Amino acid sequence: MGLATRPETRSVSYEPQSQEGWVTTRLDFLVNWGRANSLWPMPFGTACCAIEFMATAASRFDLARFGMERMSFSPRQADVLICAGRVPFKLAPIIRRIWQQMPQPKWAISMGACASSGGMFDNYAVVQGIDTIIPVDVYVPGCPPRPEGLIYGIRMLQEKVMNERGSDSRLRDEMVPDPSSQLYIPPSAIDELSEPFGNSVHQNRSAP
Amino acid sequence: MTEKFDIVTAGSAATDGVAPATQRNIPHRGGAANPSATALATRFPGSVLRTDVVWGETTVMVARADVLAIMQWLHDEPSERYDYLSDVTAVEYRDFDQPIEVVWHLRSLPFRRFLRVKTQLEKNKELEVASVWGIWKAADWMERECYDMFGIRFTGHPDLRRILMWEQYKEGYPLRKDFPLRGRFSRAEQLRQALSQNPEAKYSMEELSIADAFEDLPEEMRKRLGAGERTGE
Repeated sequence: MGLATRPETRSVSYEPQSQEGWVTTRLDFLVNWGRANSLWPMPFGTACCAIEFMATAASRFDLARFGMERMSFSPRQADVLICAGRVPFKLAPIIRRIWQQMPQPKWAISMGACASSGGMFDNYAVVQGIDTIIPVDVYVPGCPPRPEGLIYGIRMLQEKVMNERGSDSRLRDEMVPDPSSQLYIPPSAIDELSEPFGNSVHQNRSAP
Repeated sequence: MTEKFDIVTAGSAATDGVAPATQRNIPHRGGAANPSATALATRFPGSVLRTDVVWGETTVMVARADVLAIMQWLHDEPSERYDYLSDVTAVEYRDFDQPIEVVWHLRSLPFRRFLRVKTQLEKNKELEVASVWGIWKAADWMERECYDMFGIRFTGHPDLRRILMWEQYKEGYPLRKDFPLRGRFSRAEQLRQALSQNPEAKYSMEELSIADAFEDLPEEMRKRLGAGERTGE
């Protein structure tokens, strides 16, 4: 179908001169395999793309085949933010807050033309691409994308997850905003917004 | 047990007891006018400037000063009973000299009538018109939207602030003809201002969904919230 074949990523090769040993690469493989096949999506559906997303999740296309059978409507239990639809400026702080409430590791899929670039809504009210607010891993083109398109994007994200290396220290870096800027939310506010979180009462989002 | 609502059957108050049927073969212009328009012109001579009938729908142009009295009369008069306000909006024409029009869509369920009332606001003066919130509570959000998009002030509205754009929106009124499609500020500035808005500013924690779980919150948080502390950045 004209799609470029990408290199096989699921096999691990061991090179003696490499700094990464056999054990760590196998561990990475195991962790990544677990993460890639149990991505829980946080649907942020604002427009017609959300309809296609629902179709993707429903029985015909069946997102559960890829380990996404649980829609996580709480950002605190989600791994992937799927932004389906246009985001007006009034929603900008809300999607940013949802992203901040999601625990690491987390990824974002920008579904459709509007979420990726503003689409046809080049006007005063619509954010021109959610990557101006949050980091995006996969852009799915289309207006709206067919479920196959979204599934292809999800498969690409799974490949990206499979390629992650735990030794990559920049992987989970989050931008620390300047406290004097408008983007800054103090850790105390983040903690208050995000509790309770996880299985432990001592776990909070602002912890490094 | 007292009835909470009045039950109105559409067309039940029509004179001959038969509900008016849907009109057929309507001419483009000059059809039969809504009888309310004639009654209005008799009751408020001088205030009704013009009556148009287009595709069977009657439009009454009234003087701005008498809007509230006319609306009150249309609502209260037993022979009119316009009990349903279906829209409040405004029109600005491309011709800059033409005044802005404010439009009310009224519906009388007992008589099964529809009436469009318009008034004109000169652009070089203050854009102000009386609020009909005291007559129909439905006007609340529609007048707020009209204020948000056109900058028309409805005097007497209890809570006239922006409804679609956020409250700190500084760029003006988006549906005005002199408003550029992409807004007045740069994209970066728009995003910065949008991100600095506080979407929960008008709500206390108790009003948000956390209210359901208020009793389950930690003691000190309950204390802080009880003292009126707000959320948000």
